[in-house]
Amino acid sequence: MTDNPVFDRIRQEVTDNDVVLFMKGTPVFPQCGFSAASVQVLSYLGVKFKGIDVLSDPSIRQGIKEFSNWPTIPQLYVKGEFIGGCDIMREMFESGELQQLLADKGVATTQAA
Amino acid sequence: MSVASAIETKLTQAFAPERLVIEDQSHLHAGHAGHRPGGESHFRVELVSARFAGLNRVARQRLVYDVLAAELAGPIHALALKTLAPGE
Repeated sequence: MTDNPVFDRIRQEVTDNDVVLFMKGTPVFPQCGFSAASVQVLSYLGVKFKGIDVLSDPSIRQGIKEFSNWPTIPQLYVKGEFIGGCDIMREMFESGELQQLLADKGVATTQAA
Repeated sequence: MSVASAIETKLTQAFAPERLVIEDQSHLHAGHAGHRPGGESHFRVELVSARFAGLNRVARQRLVYDVLAAELAGPIHALALKTLAPGE
């Protein structure tokens, strides 16, 4: 525990869930093109993930930027580790690095790495 | 000074880029959150700089975000980045 309750909540989420996407909107109804593209990558890979809608919680929206030291959303966490935003996800997906990272961390996908 | 020229000036000073492409893509987001009349809200930036050599993607983008912190806190709603070292 720290003295920042928002950080505690974020830390809890990324600890309890193997793959977490902080995003605008929900996986079913993304409210932003970059969040939608990120959901698409994870869905294509068949990764089970938790989407956290920052639009429905302003404290998380601000808090995640400070927690990750990253000013934009979406943000991807795998096994508690910050991986990057939409551009990085897309580049890593296209090069196969994202698939490799998920495999290395023991996250199940329906696509072979 | 326009947002695009502020981006250009700051990135040129900070990274001495071999290649710098700045596209205002605001028109693609008309009607979406963060869009303003007159554009200059959504940008795509491609940057090739020797300063990125040896750094991973997260570290590279953090450098760019630091340089453009004022713009990101203000007029820029979205910034798509491609950060490369020479030869990549």
